[in-house]
Amino acid sequence: MSVSVDAVPVESQEQDSTEALRPHAEDDFAGELAALAAQDDRPRPARWKMSPWAVATYLLGGTLPDGTVITPKYVGPRRLVEVAVTTLATDRALLLLGVPGTAKTWVSEHLAAAVSGDSTLLVQGTAGTPEEAIRYGWNYAQLLANGPSRAALVPSPVMRAMAEGMTARVEELTRIPADVQDTLITILSEKTLPIPELGQEVQAVRGFNLIATANDRDRGVNDLSSALRRRFNTVVLPLPESVQAEVDIVSRRVDQMGRSLELPAAPDGIAEIRRVVTVFRELRDGVTSDGRTKLKSPSGTLSTAEAISVVTNGLALAAHFGDGVLRAGDVAAGILGAVVRDPAADRVIWQEYLEAVVRERDGWKDFYRACREVSA
Amino acid sequence: MTGLESGVWAATGGGPLLLGVRHHGPGSARSVRAALAAARPRVVLIEGPPEADALIPLAADEDMRPPVALLAHAVDEPGRSAFWPLAEFSPEWVAIRWALEHDVPARFIDLPATHTLAWGRDEEESAEGESAEDESAESESAEPSAEPAPEAAVRVDPLGVLAEAAGYDDPERWWEDVVEHRGAGEGDAFEPFVVLEEAMGVLRETYGTGGHDRDLVREAYMRLQLRAAQREFGGEVAVVCGAWHVPALRQKTAVAADRALLKGLAKVKADLTWVPWTYRRLSRHSGYGAGIDSPGWYGHLFGAPDRPVARWLTKVAGLLRDEDRLVSSAHVIEAVRLAETLAAMRGRPLPGLSETTDAVRAVMCEGSDVPLALVHDRLVVGDVLGEVPRSAPAVPLQRDLDRLQRRLRLKPEALERELELDLRKETDAERSRLLHRLRLLGVGWGEPAASRGSTGTFRETWRLRWEPELSVRVAEAGVWGTTVAAAATAKVEADAVSAQGLAEVTALAERCLLAELPDALPVVMQVLADRAALDADVGHLAQALPALVRSLRYGDVRGTDTGALAEVAAGLAERIFVGLPPACAALDVEAAEEMRRHVDAVHGALGLLGDAPAPGHGDLRERWHAVLRVLSTRDTVPGVVRGRAVRLLLDDGELGQDEAALLMGLVLSPGTPPGDAAAWIEGFVGGGSGGGMLLVHDERLLGLVDAWLTGVPTEAFTDVLPLLRRTFSAYEPGVRRTLGELVRRGPGERGSTAGAGSGIPGFAPDLDSDRADAVLPVVRLLLGLDGDGQENADDNDLVGVAG
Repeated sequence: MSVSVDAVPVESQEQDSTEALRPHAEDDFAGELAALAAQDDRPRPARWKMSPWAVATYLLGGTLPDGTVITPKYVGPRRLVEVAVTTLATDRALLLLGVPGTAKTWVSEHLAAAVSGDSTLLVQGTAGTPEEAIRYGWNYAQLLANGPSRAALVPSPVMRAMAEGMTARVEELTRIPADVQDTLITILSEKTLPIPELGQEVQAVRGFNLIATANDRDRGVNDLSSALRRRFNTVVLPLPESVQAEVDIVSRRVDQMGRSLELPAAPDGIAEIRRVVTVFRELRDGVTSDGRTKLKSPSGTLSTAEAISVVTNGLALAAHFGDGVLRAGDVAAGILGAVVRDPAADRVIWQEYLEAVVRERDGWKDFYRACREVSA
Repeated sequence: MTGLESGVWAATGGGPLLLGVRHHGPGSARSVRAALAAARPRVVLIEGPPEADALIPLAADEDMRPPVALLAHAVDEPGRSAFWPLAEFSPEWVAIRWALEHDVPARFIDLPATHTLAWGRDEEESAEGESAEDESAESESAEPSAEPAPEAAVRVDPLGVLAEAAGYDDPERWWEDVVEHRGAGEGDAFEPFVVLEEAMGVLRETYGTGGHDRDLVREAYMRLQLRAAQREFGGEVAVVCGAWHVPALRQKTAVAADRALLKGLAKVKADLTWVPWTYRRLSRHSGYGAGIDSPGWYGHLFGAPDRPVARWLTKVAGLLRDEDRLVSSAHVIEAVRLAETLAAMRGRPLPGLSETTDAVRAVMCEGSDVPLALVHDRLVVGDVLGEVPRSAPAVPLQRDLDRLQRRLRLKPEALERELELDLRKETDAERSRLLHRLRLLGVGWGEPAASRGSTGTFRETWRLRWEPELSVRVAEAGVWGTTVAAAATAKVEADAVSAQGLAEVTALAERCLLAELPDALPVVMQVLADRAALDADVGHLAQALPALVRSLRYGDVRGTDTGALAEVAAGLAERIFVGLPPACAALDVEAAEEMRRHVDAVHGALGLLGDAPAPGHGDLRERWHAVLRVLSTRDTVPGVVRGRAVRLLLDDGELGQDEAALLMGLVLSPGTPPGDAAAWIEGFVGGGSGGGMLLVHDERLLGLVDAWLTGVPTEAFTDVLPLLRRTFSAYEPGVRRTLGELVRRGPGERGSTAGAGSGIPGFAPDLDSDRADAVLPVVRLLLGLDGDGQENADDNDLVGVAG
């Protein structure tokens, strides 16, 4: 027996979305979503707000026949977005993998907003996420007063999505303890959520789907069981394709963060940022940027996010202890910390990199010396 | 059927049935098969060298398995060659097989190879590739000519241009989507060809010959052949040729004009044969590629009776399972669903390679590209290896070998014999190179033997023996190239890429120099550098370095350019410098002993390498000394390595005797465990390093050892005794005796006999070679004689003294 769970609506604070520090995607881009839905004449899967083509356009950007310009939400391979949208259309769950800072959450939010018009059915995964966050909880006052009943039940976002045919989101899936993760198996394979206390169940209606994000290189996470993994189609969101793109991202973010920290602007720091990004990319990819020399990769993730933090640290050093200009010495220690995670193996890799690549590179003498100083 | 048949020939107006194809296109191949079955022509004409007509029946041979290639080569110059690769899914192959199965004559009608090979020579084209490319079809990817790009592209792949105009990235997909799936239904097998001919007509009008004026000559020849066939067989002639040529063949031209075009073409004597081919070589990444990315996928499309996507994904699942990845049938089902929905999303009637690949990545590979690379390598490209019947004519490699054997007067004989080569003579050097190259190709005609008499690097001894199966080996090696040098180069490159360990690659580099294959060297060096970069075991690196340095020296002897080698050797040395100190921590006794050998080997190799072998690598010796200094002072480094590091520094004059004595004093001070101290001594003066002489001549060091030894507590003495025994028993008897006498006499008695020279005390700065030579016979006599009894006596003596 399936029941509507509307009986217990989750309180959502009604407020003006423009006041919000960070409005939801569906509010922020309401105009684009409406325009897309209005002009979409392709077949839509049940309860989808628009067709898969329109969802792909919403994410990748484009111009509609009536001239409405859709801004690109995700800059990256078209192929990935197509696979992601198609996965949702085939009612398979979607797992977005990637190192931190590859826009996993961003993509998941916009997908949910475009498909279901609601990106708020969200379970944030942490080491302490309980089963109730994925299944349902109880309103204990009600439970004690009236015994188990639908009225005493507190549905999770996943349960609501199932009942209403919406898209649920689970953030940081691999941070959730393994036994709690496995609650998802029944939901994803049987598409039903039993409530044994009431002898009832909630069956997913057409249109329900789930987008999970996970960090694929983080340490200390709870790896997915193969049974659960099998329920997901996986899309790996890549790191920025070119050095230039990554330098842009890093300098833009650093600019924003520097402002909030009230650091003086560093006019000629861009060369140093480029250097940091190059070092990170080369070690991450295991090959020098000219593609001629192979390198060992250290155990750290060396993501764009870490590059950003190295540069911010360097800026702080330069501002407070240096002459205000970002120099090799300011970033060297940060880089060393990011690269050498495992003191034995990574240190050798780092020194090899210094000796074999950095030392001979034109114009990197200062950087080499700075790194030698902090590495010694 | 008859009605349809006559209809076909009526529709062509008595003209030939022109089947324009995409070379190596499974769609084209299937269409050709259907068209031939429907039209039943009396003769099939195929684009290809007419000299190969006699080889066509071999295609029906049981032992013939595609992919194979027709190989044409100039008789007196085997390096000049051209290939026409044919896979199972090549329309030409389908046409040949159809003709053979239906007892219909098949003929090649392209310009004879005797002319096309000559073209290559006229232009002094650098590689064999050019003629191959000119011929083997429009699908070649690399056009060396300097034409405007769009025209070259048209010439390269006319279907590709049409597909691109229609917004497709894969011409095969376009052909499938447009021609096959949207074609005019079941009955009309000719519709696609008619449509294609129209499209090509437009392209030819726009682009002309696409800058390839030779096409005019080839097409003139084809037209003449076509006319001859029509006269002979009365009209019912089918032609299978590149779609590009169809409008030209349809064109009505005067016979005289065609003949005029063909006048005065250069000629070379050409010979043709079938050679086995591989899918890998069909893909554009290697040598004579046919320019198709995915021969395995095409083969699957052609071979699968129905549901190609489901069958393909099942195949992928099978491969991944064999590689121990968990892939269930549920995965396959989901992958098929995803692929089909993706195709719908992208507006395609059926999933193609890109959709299936995306589906495999998302469903079966968990988004990872690593297993996907395996799928690409094994299935999309594929491992299929063709076979050619024994009765196929000899490969040019055999001819090249015959020629070399005659020229170098090295007759293949079944009887084993030894051959002494003096590499300073040109002929002998060439013989050596030939034998080395053959060995690389797996043709074990000669085996290197230990030289008798001279040990000079310019001498080589070979044991030669030609066995009948070696001819088979030569035939097999024909895959690699048409001349011994080219084949060996290709083989070495392939071996290097697939080599497992660093040592294997180093050995290849060495053999590369011996066989003088400079063209292979860059690839081998690149692989070597890559492996060295990724190898985390300093031991492997240390083993590789001496061999590499040896190659470098040997390359110098032979006058090979070894700049790249020196660069790699220097890089290797730098990695060792970085990795050695951490690798020396926490070693057990055996590992420490091995590490000491590595340190010795590296030290020796660096000595040969010189100071700055390659630009940008600075003073290697100096940095090596810095590494040794680190080793000598770090407590976590085992004693034996520390001792050896100090010794090497002392020998090189980097460490003063005072410093050495200081270090030794530190190690031998009472605080150090005796076992560790003994190991240090073993490293410092043991292991056949001439350490005994050092002790004989430097009484301070001897005094230190002596003082330490007498200070070892009784209970610890039995522990250090075996180590000391090992160290000192390796000394020559004379040294041991002298040492014993010195110790008995006591310190300070001998007086300072050390000379004023800058070298080791007691020695002149330079070696007096006359006097040294004079000693040699005696030394030899000493070593040669059985000295066991005497040694034992000495040992006892020494121990007695020490105790």
